[in-house]
Amino acid sequence: MLSAMQHPLLFSRFPRHISSSFAKSRPLHILSSAQPTAGLSVADQSPPSNSQILSIRHSLLSGHFTATQLAESYLNRLKLTEPQLNSFLHISNNVLKEAQEIDDKIKKKEEVGPLAGVLVGVKDNICTADMPSTGGSRILEGYRPPFDATAVKRVKELGGIVVGKTNLDEFGMGSTTEASAFKVTANPWDLSRVAGGSSGGSAAAVSARQCVVSLGSDTGGSVRQPASFCDVVGLKPTYGRVSRFGLMAYASSLDASGCFGSSVTDAGILLHAISGHDRFDATSSKQEVPDYASQFISATFLKSRPLEGLRVGLIRETIDEGVDSGVKSVIHGAASHLEQLGCMVTEVSLPSFSLGLPAYYILASSESSSNLSRYDGVRYGNQVSADELNSLYEDSRAKGFGPEVKMRILMGTYALSAGYYDAYYKRAQQVRTLIWESFKAALDENDILISPAAPSAAYKIGMMLTSSVIFFFFLLSLSFL
Amino acid sequence: MASTFFRTIQTHPFLLLHPTAVFRRKNGVLRCTMRSTQTQTPTQEKQQSPQIKFSPQNPNKTFYEIPKGYEAIIGIETHVQLSTLTKAFCGCPCNYGSQPNTSICPVCMGLPGALPVLNSKVIEFAVKLGLALNCKLSLNSKFDRKQYFYPDLPKGYQISQFDMPIATGGYIDLDLPVEFGGGHRRFGITRVHMEEDAGKLLHSENGDYSQEITSPTLQYVFCSFMLIFRGSMVDLNRAGVPLLEIVSEPDMRNGMEAAEYAAELQRLVRYLGVSNGNMQEGSLRCDVNVSIRPVEQEKFGTKVEIKNLNSFSAVNRAIDFEISRQVLLHSQGQGDQIVQETRLWEEGSQETFTMRKKEGLADYRYFPEPDLPEVILTKEYVNSIRNTLPELPEMKRRRYEKMDLSMQDVLYLANDINVADYFDATIARGADAKLVANWIMGDIAAYMKNEKLSINDVKLKPDELAKLIASIKSGTISGKIGKEILFELLAKGGTVKGLIDEKDLVQAIDPVEIGKMVDKVLSDNLKQLEQYRGGKTKLQGFFTGQVMKISKGKASPGLLNKILLEKLNAKN
Repeated sequence: MLSAMQHPLLFSRFPRHISSSFAKSRPLHILSSAQPTAGLSVADQSPPSNSQILSIRHSLLSGHFTATQLAESYLNRLKLTEPQLNSFLHISNNVLKEAQEIDDKIKKKEEVGPLAGVLVGVKDNICTADMPSTGGSRILEGYRPPFDATAVKRVKELGGIVVGKTNLDEFGMGSTTEASAFKVTANPWDLSRVAGGSSGGSAAAVSARQCVVSLGSDTGGSVRQPASFCDVVGLKPTYGRVSRFGLMAYASSLDASGCFGSSVTDAGILLHAISGHDRFDATSSKQEVPDYASQFISATFLKSRPLEGLRVGLIRETIDEGVDSGVKSVIHGAASHLEQLGCMVTEVSLPSFSLGLPAYYILASSESSSNLSRYDGVRYGNQVSADELNSLYEDSRAKGFGPEVKMRILMGTYALSAGYYDAYYKRAQQVRTLIWESFKAALDENDILISPAAPSAAYKIGMMLTSSVIFFFFLLSLSFL
Repeated sequence: MASTFFRTIQTHPFLLLHPTAVFRRKNGVLRCTMRSTQTQTPTQEKQQSPQIKFSPQNPNKTFYEIPKGYEAIIGIETHVQLSTLTKAFCGCPCNYGSQPNTSICPVCMGLPGALPVLNSKVIEFAVKLGLALNCKLSLNSKFDRKQYFYPDLPKGYQISQFDMPIATGGYIDLDLPVEFGGGHRRFGITRVHMEEDAGKLLHSENGDYSQEITSPTLQYVFCSFMLIFRGSMVDLNRAGVPLLEIVSEPDMRNGMEAAEYAAELQRLVRYLGVSNGNMQEGSLRCDVNVSIRPVEQEKFGTKVEIKNLNSFSAVNRAIDFEISRQVLLHSQGQGDQIVQETRLWEEGSQETFTMRKKEGLADYRYFPEPDLPEVILTKEYVNSIRNTLPELPEMKRRRYEKMDLSMQDVLYLANDINVADYFDATIARGADAKLVANWIMGDIAAYMKNEKLSINDVKLKPDELAKLIASIKSGTISGKIGKEILFELLAKGGTVKGLIDEKDLVQAIDPVEIGKMVDKVLSDNLKQLEQYRGGKTKLQGFFTGQVMKISKGKASPGLLNKILLEKLNAKN
């Protein structure tokens, strides 16, 4: 129980060049010596054994270590690993100060929040008041928002410490983090591979234990895919569950802030922390937030077939051709594991599934072409000196945006133009309804649906540099017109 | 609109001739210099366009006659700035005339990650106006984004309504002023939709706004924000202020009708309390579309849009000027020179000038605003608002008409809801409608005009006005005394009874008492009496005055004259 703090496993599973530097610095010395053994009275609550958040809370409250010690340990590892990983665009200067505040509170026996002392990485397209927030774009280089995103605000209110801002594909547009204007994040498991994207920095940071959990954003797989590439738990909540206020909009009708953790419990606790209606986001849901965290039970306390009767649908189209055999076998392995736990796993077909990606590209590009209009260099961000107004706009945006972003703005502008709107945007919205209906039907038959998060494991860095958008619009111009 | 406006700046010769329009970086803060293009444009165009001069025929009062054989078609788009306490999509107060950029927040500045949340008052006001304009309300409507780039538009799009406006297909009834021949008109309303206002570009003469940069009145000092440029400044106080755009059917036929349409709309929004409707402040802005055609022609002519109309008379005169300009071109066989364009009305020269030519339709790439849920109205909600609607100008006018008031009276009284309320309150206390109308339109109106007050500011309340009128009617005081104390009541307040008692103003109606006064005056002025009796009967006025003076104005004038004449002529 609570052995996750020790990370011996982590060491053995890390690529050699990273783990060797870890070993030399012994960054976890404090933690391992503070490893709790017997006498913990948490057994009757039977919390899951692999939750770092819960074990940190236990250790802080029981005095095994202080928040400052914990923070120092994480910061040390962060400093050691960051030169190779590049998961962060900015590291907070206030981590130790905030940790000290938590220690003071604990000392005075004051109440501390459920995330007290938990180091949280925040994707750089999520606004933070005291740090730069660039969205991975040159056009916002040096920009510091005057407010915290609602998700960040809630994390802070519960005691979480923002450790820094993680790298991403510019404004979330990409799936490798190579479209960041600043750096490429490496996969902690193989530095020659990408961490995935767009929340690659957040995924890599949790995977390399540079922070405990992290916030990402998912518009079209940007949490799930990097989580899969980096072997961490990634969660894209239902649209509207988490407020989007402070999340730099990419495609407003699809954007969701999501969570990364090294365990399901951690992702659940983080989700619980940031969920709920927000009066600053008219699209945030007013539905009550269930306490995800308290519903987790340690596996050792479960009966042999705890999921008896749960109907699980495995989406056939996601394990078809084009999907790596390794991925397929992992999914099939997971499916049979679920069966052992009592689930009824059947394959389901979503006929409209193949239309999802083209519809996504049209809608996301259209909305992003509009959402990114505000980056004009007039009020904030980088402005280029120009002779007249058109040049001011053109040059600021030409220099500020990277190629992937420009491509999507162009495509989205095209899709919304008079004469093309019906063929692209409107049609894509209709397809969206079709997809929604087919998912609804599949979920009427099943309690949950499963699929791989990505068709393959992480790519080699440099492999996927051509914009996928070009390809899809080329495809669309054939099929839609 | 502004995307093309913006195009004008680019191609504008002014900017080519004057390299002062430069955006540059200074002290790490980026600044931009840009000269006022809006005011420069007309003068430029003036030099380029062929000089067709018209003198607007009697710009002030009389009704302009459209040349025989032609008909003008006029439609109006009106933007009404709503008097909500806060902006449409954020909590910033709507403050007219406050220091630049003191009423702004991340939402109306369009900062990354900020989201709009609809102010429910905007819906309420839109429903009110929709109902008052006899429109069909859409129980389901939505917001859309209208996209164009301009420095006063922080998000690069305006939140507006495109294909599902909140109200459609209504009409407005109005009575034309008596001096223009009177008559009743009904003009169609195409649609009413909700949207947000943009900010303002301020241009300084010396090109330096550095003073404002250090101004402590700036509520938000964001280290990387460049609200203030050198020479040209963006003021975002107005950005996000709610507007209703009202589009009329092309039902107006001359400038006067158009001006009356705008005036009725102003009356309506003021009656409803949804806007102050002030044209000078830009709370009510009219853009008019004018085209002409020969009467026998069915096809509409090419329409021209006119902007920069800051008063009803500007609406009137600009349209009449534009009609005469177009008719002249057409009648000279130069009809092809009437092109689809936006022209600006210039008050100084009383002419319209080309602001920009329309190069095809602007593509605003409208699409549904994904940050805002659909607007869904329930019938109960609409009915609850319908039940709170005040009596509207048209209903008021028809009611006053039945009181046997002249149309002039009716139009005056119903023009201002406060005056109408005052009138209604006074007659509710039993005063005669015609008398009340006379008092209000006469001395009270004159007083308000002199003192620059509104009827709510005068100290005389309807209750006392009713008592004043009753006191005169009953003969307690004379009409003359009534007038005198009226001004005292207007300025200082107090009660009619109190003033009468205090000043001992009760009319003298005792013939004996008046007779005594007359006798005294006659005996004090023997010389004049002699002259009178010698035939200089004009002196009667002199004697009347003397008696009034002695009676301190209280003598009943009728009685006084009767007794005076008797005595003057008695010994004759």
